Amino acid sequence: MIEQTRDGGDAATRKLEERKEFHSYVWGIALALVLTLMPFALVHWAAIPRFPLLIVIGAFALVQMLVHFRFFLHIGFKQKREDLQLILFSTLLLTIMVAGTIWIMASLALRMTMPGSP
Amino acid sequence: MSYETIKHPGLNLGSAHGRDHDAAEGMVFGFWVFLMSDAILFSMVFATYVTSVGATAGGPGPHELYDIKSVFVETLLLLASSFTFGMASLALKYKHSTARLIGWLAVTLVLGVSFLGFELHDFASMFSKGGVPSRSGFLSAFFDLVPLHGLHVTGGSIWLICLVGQIAMYGVDTQVKLGIMRLALFWHFLDIVWIAIFSVVYLAGLT
Repeated sequence: MIEQTRDGGDAATRKLEERKEFHSYVWGIALALVLTLMPFALVHWAAIPRFPLLIVIGAFALVQMLVHFRFFLHIGFKQKREDLQLILFSTLLLTIMVAGTIWIMASLALRMTMPGSP
Repeated sequence: MSYETIKHPGLNLGSAHGRDHDAAEGMVFGFWVFLMSDAILFSMVFATYVTSVGATAGGPGPHELYDIKSVFVETLLLLASSFTFGMASLALKYKHSTARLIGWLAVTLVLGVSFLGFELHDFASMFSKGGVPSRSGFLSAFFDLVPLHGLHVTGGSIWLICLVGQIAMYGVDTQVKLGIMRLALFWHFLDIVWIAIFSVVYLAGLT
């Protein structure tokens, strides 16, 4: 497949491409709205036990982040490898540091709690 | 099918913009590296918040201080501003009139400033309920995290005003195009950070 046309194609092609990209933004905001409304509605109205609700909120947040990356930041598999690799590497670092911090501090809090203290 | 290779994150200008499209590759990639380092910074402040969320020291906690309706409005404002910035990016890429480009940028600015207004109102109402940063570890961590995002939005808004000024002075030249593309990444990135804030801080706090 020839992937590049240096002249940028004719006006009709560009018009078509613009429509496609406009629809991509509309899809993005529609999905993001649904993914925002759901957890807010659940927290506001539904009587769900705390722990499952936290998992659900986290899941909605992760999916919405992927939607934003895909539709607003246009990250995909077709572009230069470095962009996606940088996101994945940063996510790896971020996960190690955040999970490590929370783990260590929670463990410390547990061990430092004196019997009888609040 | 793809007409052109995608050179960098965000909306690509495409070969119709000639050398501007080539100039964008390195510039935008560099900015993307900064955004990823900013994400690491935010994540560590999130970790600090999560580890001190229980440290209310007898002071007011999330249930007394957070207002879910206000946070919902802020979320919608920021989401709408991400969409309007997308429209500005399209106006830039497809060479629509400069008025249309500035129009979408102005709408984005209004939405961003409204977001900041609601956020400041939230902070003021927290203060009035005794939720000041010095009250507890929880409140220190809260006022480390949420205003850090607000500060980013403030910076983005100032940057946006500067870009509009540049357009008025020089027209839509290479520098302006690259500036708008980088600000677009910054703006969409801040919306992603806000997803984490409303989920981790507000929604999780109010469960």
